[in-house]
Amino acid sequence: MIFFTIGTHEPFDRMVRAVDAWAATSGADVFGQIPEPGASGYRPRHFPFVARLAPAAYAAKVEAADFLVAHAGMGSIITALQHGKPILVMPRRGHLRETRNDHQWATASRLRAVPGITVAADETELPRLLDDLVARGGTAPAPLSPWAEPRLLEALAAFIHQR
Amino acid sequence: MSRRPRVLALSSTGGHWVQLLRLAPAFDGCELHYATTVAESRDQALAAARARNQPAPGFHLFTDANRWQKLRLLRQALELAAILLRVRPHVLVTTGAAPGYVAIRLGRLLGARTVWIDSVANVEELSLTGQLAGPHAHLWLTQWPELARPGGPQFLGSVLGGPAA
Repeated sequence: MIFFTIGTHEPFDRMVRAVDAWAATSGADVFGQIPEPGASGYRPRHFPFVARLAPAAYAAKVEAADFLVAHAGMGSIITALQHGKPILVMPRRGHLRETRNDHQWATASRLRAVPGITVAADETELPRLLDDLVARGGTAPAPLSPWAEPRLLEALAAFIHQR
Repeated sequence: MSRRPRVLALSSTGGHWVQLLRLAPAFDGCELHYATTVAESRDQALAAARARNQPAPGFHLFTDANRWQKLRLLRQALELAAILLRVRPHVLVTTGAAPGYVAIRLGRLLGARTVWIDSVANVEELSLTGQLAGPHAHLWLTQWPELARPGGPQFLGSVLGGPAA
C-alpha cells in the first residue's frame, strides 16, 4: 500500500489529480488522506481516501505503507523518517496559491539530499518517480530518533530551569 | 529550583505539533501541560511522557481557525487566555503557528517566560508569524543557522535529531 497525504489544512488539487491519474494507469494500491475537497475541488476516483485520520490511525497507515507520497510538509516528512519509510514529496508552490509562500519548495530543495527522501518538482515528474519507487522499493531512511537534537533539548531545558 | 517549573507547550496541529512532541525530553522534571486543536493528540502527548518516564501531562484544547474566520479567531483567543489563566505557566514554549503568537503575547502579560521556536519548514526565511512573535519572546529560535542574526532569532539546534540510537 502507498499512503498519500497532503496534510489536513488545504487542498492540493494539482498533486491529487496527478496521483489519481497515476493510480488509474498503474493499478497501484493507494490510500489517501485528503482534506474535504468541497464542491469545486478535485475528488480522486481511483483510490479510497478520508479527510482526516486520527493520530493513531495515521501512524498505523504509515507503518503499513511501502512508502509515502506527500506534499513537502514537515509533519509528513518527519513522520516518514520516524517510521523509517521512504517518502516522495512534491512541494506546494506559492505563486500557484497552494500555500502562502514557497517554503515547501525551499524545504524540499534542502532535504532532497537525505537518503529516503525523493523530490518531484512538479506533477510532470511525479508519475515517473512513482513508477521508480514501485519498481525499486525505494531506500529506507535511517530511522530518526523520536526526539530533537540533544543540543536544542539542553538549551531549552537550561532556559526552563534558569532563574 | 525547589519547585518544578510549570511548562505549557502549545502549537497548532500538523507539522507544528509533530515538532513540539519532539521537544519532550527538555520538559523532563517539569509540571507539563500541552495545548493544541485536535482531541486525539492527547494520546501522543501521553505516549511521549510515558516514553520519558514522566507523569501524565495536562492536556488542553482550543479551537482551530484560519486567518479568514474572524469569529473563530476571537473564540480561539479567548480559549487561549482561559488556558493560560488555568495553567499559569512559568514557561510557555510554542512551535507556532498563529495561536503561538497570541499565546506569547498573553503569556507575557501573565508573567510567563516565553519561547518561540520557528518551524523547521522555514528554511530560507522566517515564518510571518515568527517575525511577529519573535521580538516578544524571551527566547527566539530558528532551526536553520543561516537565519540566525543579532537582535533576531538564535540557532541552538533543530528538532530533526540524529538517527535512532
